[in-house]
Amino acid sequence: MRLFVSEGAPGSLPVLAAAGRAQGRAELLISTVGPEECVVPFLTRPKVPVLQLDSGNYLFSTSAICRYFFLLSGWEQDDLTNQWLEWEATELQPALSAALYYLVVQGKKGEDVFSPVRRALTHIDHSLSRRSCPFLAGETESLADIVLWGALYPLLQDPAYLPEELGALHSWFQTLSSQEPCQRAAETVLKQQGVLALRPYLQKQPQPSSFEGRAVSNEPEEEELATLSEEEIAMAVAAWEKGLESLPPVQPQQNPVLPVAGERNVLITSALPYVNNVPHLGNIIGCVLSADVFARYSRLRQWNTLYLCGTDEYGTATETKAMEEGLTPQEICDKYHVIHADIYRWFNISFDIFGRTTTPQQTKITQDIFQRLVARGFVLQDTVEQLRCEHCARFLADRFVEGVCPFCGYEEARGDQCDKCGKLINAIELKKPQCKVCRSCPVVKSSQHLFLDLPKLGKPLEEWLEKTLPGSDWTPNARFIIRSWLRDGLKPRCITRDLKWGTPVPLVGFEDKVFYVWFDATIGYLSITANYTDQWEKWWKNPEQVSLYQFMAKDNVPFHGLVFPCSALGAEDNYTLVSHLIATEYLNYEDGKFSKSRGVGVFGDMAQDTGIPADIWRFYLLYIRPEGQDSAFSWTDMLLKNNSELLNNLGNFINRAGMFVSKFFGGFVPEMVLTSDDRRLLAHVTLELQHYHQLLEKVRIRDALRSILTISRHGNQYIQVNEPWKRIKGSEADRQRAGTVTGLAVNIAALLSIMLQPYMPTVSATIQDQLQLPPPACSILLTNFLCTLPAGHQIGTVSPLFQKLENDQIESLRQRFSGGQAKASPKPAAIETMTTAGPQQIQVLMDEVTKQGNIVRELKAQKADKNQVAAEVAKLLDLKKQLALAEGKPLENPKGKKKK
Amino acid sequence: MAAAAELTLLEKCLGLSKGNKYSAQGERQIPVLQTNNGPSLTGLTTIAAHLVQQASKEYLLGSTAEEKAVVQQWLEYRVTQVDGHSNKDEICTVLKDLNSYLEDKVYLTGYNFTLADILLYYGLHRFIETSHQSRDN
Repeated sequence: MRLFVSEGAPGSLPVLAAAGRAQGRAELLISTVGPEECVVPFLTRPKVPVLQLDSGNYLFSTSAICRYFFLLSGWEQDDLTNQWLEWEATELQPALSAALYYLVVQGKKGEDVFSPVRRALTHIDHSLSRRSCPFLAGETESLADIVLWGALYPLLQDPAYLPEELGALHSWFQTLSSQEPCQRAAETVLKQQGVLALRPYLQKQPQPSSFEGRAVSNEPEEEELATLSEEEIAMAVAAWEKGLESLPPVQPQQNPVLPVAGERNVLITSALPYVNNVPHLGNIIGCVLSADVFARYSRLRQWNTLYLCGTDEYGTATETKAMEEGLTPQEICDKYHVIHADIYRWFNISFDIFGRTTTPQQTKITQDIFQRLVARGFVLQDTVEQLRCEHCARFLADRFVEGVCPFCGYEEARGDQCDKCGKLINAIELKKPQCKVCRSCPVVKSSQHLFLDLPKLGKPLEEWLEKTLPGSDWTPNARFIIRSWLRDGLKPRCITRDLKWGTPVPLVGFEDKVFYVWFDATIGYLSITANYTDQWEKWWKNPEQVSLYQFMAKDNVPFHGLVFPCSALGAEDNYTLVSHLIATEYLNYEDGKFSKSRGVGVFGDMAQDTGIPADIWRFYLLYIRPEGQDSAFSWTDMLLKNNSELLNNLGNFINRAGMFVSKFFGGFVPEMVLTSDDRRLLAHVTLELQHYHQLLEKVRIRDALRSILTISRHGNQYIQVNEPWKRIKGSEADRQRAGTVTGLAVNIAALLSIMLQPYMPTVSATIQDQLQLPPPACSILLTNFLCTLPAGHQIGTVSPLFQKLENDQIESLRQRFSGGQAKASPKPAAIETMTTAGPQQIQVLMDEVTKQGNIVRELKAQKADKNQVAAEVAKLLDLKKQLALAEGKPLENPKGKKKK
Repeated sequence: MAAAAELTLLEKCLGLSKGNKYSAQGERQIPVLQTNNGPSLTGLTTIAAHLVQQASKEYLLGSTAEEKAVVQQWLEYRVTQVDGHSNKDEICTVLKDLNSYLEDKVYLTGYNFTLADILLYYGLHRFIETSHQSRDN
């Protein structure tokens, strides 16, 4: 038999590593061919590696070749191996090819490369650690290990893409990589050039576009089935029987909430929303809502909890907005602060404080930290060349300048970026610059600025991270971002700006300047607390006793995980630093992104006009929380989840449980005589409750919500199997059984109402009111399932909790928020896009045009089939047309009308 | 055809009497089988091979090492190439390649009917069905 491999073809790795297995069983010749060579006569597209068998037949699948080698050595196939190989082909390969393409062909780094494979790597890691076997299919290395190792090696040989949190994957990968056949295969294929050796091969592959859509998934990771021991059952029953007695006294609500020595003190912040934007659903789930669930949970655990947030108000963007609306910056802030506060109130966000950054406290604390940094030599001075408008007598922020793009000659490029070619611009490089306000020509002036000396703070920072990170609940993306910043090296960062709207810089010669927002925005948390209580330092200068949880979307990680800690460490004033940095990925809207300018997506203030209650929004947003990977808001999915999970599962169960008590037992909880089935159910519910606690303690909010739904599914099944509505009409024993089932069910409903409190506070309160749940039970959630509604307890009036969402209702909402740009005919849309197509969109189109152009050229060079060429040319022309429209110029006449 | 329906059909075809229940996972609705005496199995071809063994018809997975590898290769082809593509050009390539592969063969392994033939048949059914219809139209 003859094996054809190609240098730099990733499939050659596992095949060569497995080839040794066939030694002595058959003669094996290895030939090297070019990646474009068609070895297999019946396949249209070139494919390597390929094994030509002595029978003349071909194996062209990498896994099948490896399998064949293993079979020759006497290995036998099994289900688990089959499952791993099928998963490798259908799940891992698409993700990996996307990651490798981004890395090798497009030269991307970090998150862009890692995020497509995160889920797959986590899956391998979980499987390894769950089975506690060193290898994928058992105690010894086998086919599945070689195939997956070979697939992963090109990416994971760079330690940056093998995070240490995935410990089981890490050690599995190291074990395999150190074995001789694998080492030799790696040397042959990668030739010690690392992943770049794959470049010639990957460049010839089509761009893995289909992956994009798949990365976004709202489906949960697999669920596991638990087995119960007798001991666990006995413990669950004992806890249940203790009932309300085991509840500790409810802590009275303090005002202000302050940390208490010896207790658990939890300080929670949500990223400060920028004041002049109305937040969209992605912003809401990314920080305020996520933090709210955790804050409510934390209070249910009776931890001392302070949850704060506020609007971030200083900066250029506010000045611009003020100019647009003809108001002063202060008036703009006042106006939008109220809009924000209203939105969060509607979403039932339980802030202890919702403050703002434009307060005297902000100035005081920022200046204090700054002075301490100066005194300790952590602030540098340097000269920066900047544009100054003499007419307006001020330095111009990048976005206040327009001019001719130095790269493409576009006449209305902004000072930070050209809308046409998308390139980032240094404002002083603009040709013919104009002040956006008065249209006069600014001059280049040098201006003195202050820099935070991050390189000098690198050492204390790394020491702090080494102490903080292990064992903490920092999300993997946050760890990853901080690691890559540190790897790329820290540089001094400018902390001042030539603006008026900001915190003044208390240094001689800097009277006209303010602090750059990112320097003082994170200090906002401190000043907001200081406006809440004059004892704010008990929270913020108390790292030993306070656990600080900070919630944000991932773009905010560097400021919270690196820059602010540097300022705080440099100030040497014993500041409380972030213990758990919780960053979400991004939430998309339907198939695209939220866009205020195009009116696409649902924004905070519009959610209330949909007629859908806040709790349903909360539920769905938390259900799809972008935890670990991007996710997408979808109207259809929202309808589905409301109707299946809330209405049919949770609502149905709670309503039935309550109705049985009312209808069959006159509103009094009946006697419960537990059978062994009931005890098992108790233990199952307890186990799921404990799982819920474990998840929420780790701030895995989305996963914990699944536990609630699982318990109610158990409950529904339990009712269904035991049929209390039939038994109630039967013998004495049957009626007793109906009583037990009803009693247990209504107690599960009571438990669910408490577990639901962080997610759906209004629904939770409604259930508790319907069941007349005793007050202490409403505000404390223990780790055990207790009988909170004992026999004889009288419940209130039961009524349905949820409403069905109808298709046409959802369809009309979808239309309303689709921005209208999608299905409209291209002509009017052209005018629309002319003014709104962002630089990114244009860049994407330009890239596509270039790519398609290459495809056409290559086809022509290969003298490909005429129809095929014609089809690709048509695609190219279409792309060019789209690009022209997006740039706002008619095709025939490239120098036509300019946009207004 | 949904994967669960396809597996039920396969059960009948294998003469398995008691029907299994399948759940579906994820966006692509990958079938999951909860087995009685072990962990659950995920994936169409994985479950199909398991059913074949359950029915004691191992010969459907191939008899020699070569046949076994060929069967698995085409099962993989089914879930990656046949199911993975929806665009017309790509499906045409799949059909063309299969046609030229089968030119000198009776079944995918040559002369023995296997699970690969069954699943590929199921998988291709939808395309061939629709292309017939469009020709009729």
